Amino acid sequence: MSQETLTKGDPEIEDSVIRVPLVLNNRKYNWVTEKICGIVEGGTPLWWWIAFIPSALLASVSMFTIGYLISTGVGVWGLNHPVGWAWDITNFVFWIGIGHAGTLISAILFLTRQKWRTSINRAAEAMTLFAVMCAGIFPAVHVGRVWMAWYLAPIPNSNAIWPNFRSPLLWDVFAVSTYFTVSVLFWYVGLIPDLATLRDRATNKFRKMAYGIAAMGWRGANRHWHNYEKAYLVLAGISTPLVLSVHTVVSMDFATSVIPGWHTTIFPPYFVAGAIFGGFAMVLTLMLPARALYGLHDVITPKHIDNMAKIILLTGTIVGYAYTMEFFIAWYSGNFFEQYAFFNRATGVYWWAYLAMMSCNVLSPQLFWFKACRHNVYVVFAVCMFVNAGMWFERFVIIVTSLHRDFLPSSWGYFSPTWVDIWTFLSTFGIFLSLFLLFVRFLPMIAISEVKGVLPESDPHSPLHHSETGHQDHGKEAH
Amino acid sequence: MTTAAITGNKVYGIGAQFPNTAALLHAAEKIRDAGYKKWDVFSPFPVHGMDAAMGLGNSKVSVLSLIGGITGLLTAFLLQVIPSVFLYPMVVAGKPFLSLPAFFPIMFELTILFCAFATVFGMLGINRLPRLNHPSFNWDLLQKSTDDGFFVVIEAEDTNFSESATRDLLQTLCASDITVINHDDEA
Repeated sequence: MSQETLTKGDPEIEDSVIRVPLVLNNRKYNWVTEKICGIVEGGTPLWWWIAFIPSALLASVSMFTIGYLISTGVGVWGLNHPVGWAWDITNFVFWIGIGHAGTLISAILFLTRQKWRTSINRAAEAMTLFAVMCAGIFPAVHVGRVWMAWYLAPIPNSNAIWPNFRSPLLWDVFAVSTYFTVSVLFWYVGLIPDLATLRDRATNKFRKMAYGIAAMGWRGANRHWHNYEKAYLVLAGISTPLVLSVHTVVSMDFATSVIPGWHTTIFPPYFVAGAIFGGFAMVLTLMLPARALYGLHDVITPKHIDNMAKIILLTGTIVGYAYTMEFFIAWYSGNFFEQYAFFNRATGVYWWAYLAMMSCNVLSPQLFWFKACRHNVYVVFAVCMFVNAGMWFERFVIIVTSLHRDFLPSSWGYFSPTWVDIWTFLSTFGIFLSLFLLFVRFLPMIAISEVKGVLPESDPHSPLHHSETGHQDHGKEAH
Repeated sequence: MTTAAITGNKVYGIGAQFPNTAALLHAAEKIRDAGYKKWDVFSPFPVHGMDAAMGLGNSKVSVLSLIGGITGLLTAFLLQVIPSVFLYPMVVAGKPFLSLPAFFPIMFELTILFCAFATVFGMLGINRLPRLNHPSFNWDLLQKSTDDGFFVVIEAEDTNFSESATRDLLQTLCASDITVINHDDEA
């Protein structure tokens, strides 16, 4: 029996037994093309300008705050002994964590054959790139003398000095730059067939040339698809360990130090789970408004939102487990300094940050145990906003509470951000949103060819075709 | 049935449209069995089972990926060992100069990076992309292959090709819009 006839049955059976179609309302190939290309080809909606102008203005603030930082020195931030790392690295880890969802969706869900990924992977990958760009700003500018940042690269120089390859900070340079480069390649490979679609639909010469050059002469030939699919599979295969390695290496920036509160072996899996958690929250934060504004309800269905909410619940619970286990191990270790670091983290002067982290990251996702909450877009959006905030607080808690009480009580201190700290961070949201808005305006935000590939009629053995071809046994020859 | 030549004189091949993936897959099997070698199928997305139906072997892209990955691994190994052991030996955290475990993260990252480059550029190279024009673009209808059309194009260079026999074969396979595609004008 075909999927189409089954899903028209009893709604209760439909919910519990039969897979809900990935694209609702029995849409055809051409509908997908028209719908997604229409977003790019149509006029610029008013809301786009209303969103873009403040975002771009906010982004431009970064020019000023970063210019001021570079011309004056890192003293313009609230950094001082003993807190020498605060919002800069908090923001870096926050953004790089968000950048994990895209590649997770494109790579891991591809390898595990989660076909629902096709509706969200393109936008999530774009979000990944923009988040990693925002992340990259902070380590680049926090080094103080920015013009010396090239020392990080292993380049022969007249001083005959080489970087320390045993340092996790150098691993981080390689991990983040590799991650960004591979994510760009993965994203672009996915875009090629859709750029060809836009090229073939272009009505004016400029669009035809711009999309034509970007599509690189793609013509949908199966001899190309054959190699393309293999390349996509290989990219998914190598991106899966890559996405896990990036936040592992980020966590090693802390875990390989001897600071109580940082020196823990749970960090790599804990950071990776947190990254996926925060990343999915940001994907939903962007996709829910985009879905509503562009009327993409048939492509991004309640099923997609439900799945992402479940991943948020799972990873949020892993993160909650990690928070608890850190405390247990601190107690179990019998190490006084370790115990103090964690006790102080929850009850010391930064108790408010710890409380924000716990309630946003551990408590708020628990709503997703309930289907009614997972299917209410307002609840989902609200929880995602909590998670976005909570994940920033998590990094702040880890970094600042571990540093502010160091081994010498006479140097204990309290970190307060300056206006430069605050505006630099806020301006990265401007950069992120501006880039994302430009992306939805000029590139297909949903993978057109991939969505067509999961429509029931795309399967050559689908019963939908039998009446048309009158030929049923060809499948046996092919396999 | 359309037989109108489009542009130019020299025949590039014969194209035909098919109504859906099932008909396309069936046609591909028949064309493969008829012994054609220089032909291709066009679809808006990769059709499941089409590689076997066309008789395509395993893609060579993964070989290039492996070569790229191994190159990256060796590059990272040498990039770290040469400075750390020979050019600038420094004792850091009491570790030996050749501290392989600490070199592993960068070896891993560059393996992935080089593998990704080899995969993407290898795929484009094998597919002979990018190219800005192709004789099959002379058939306007083929543009639908990036929307909702399914096509077969058999090239005139194929040893089995003959305008009448190839057209007859396509006609038996429920094809529509059978069209002769010409090369660009030489002038």
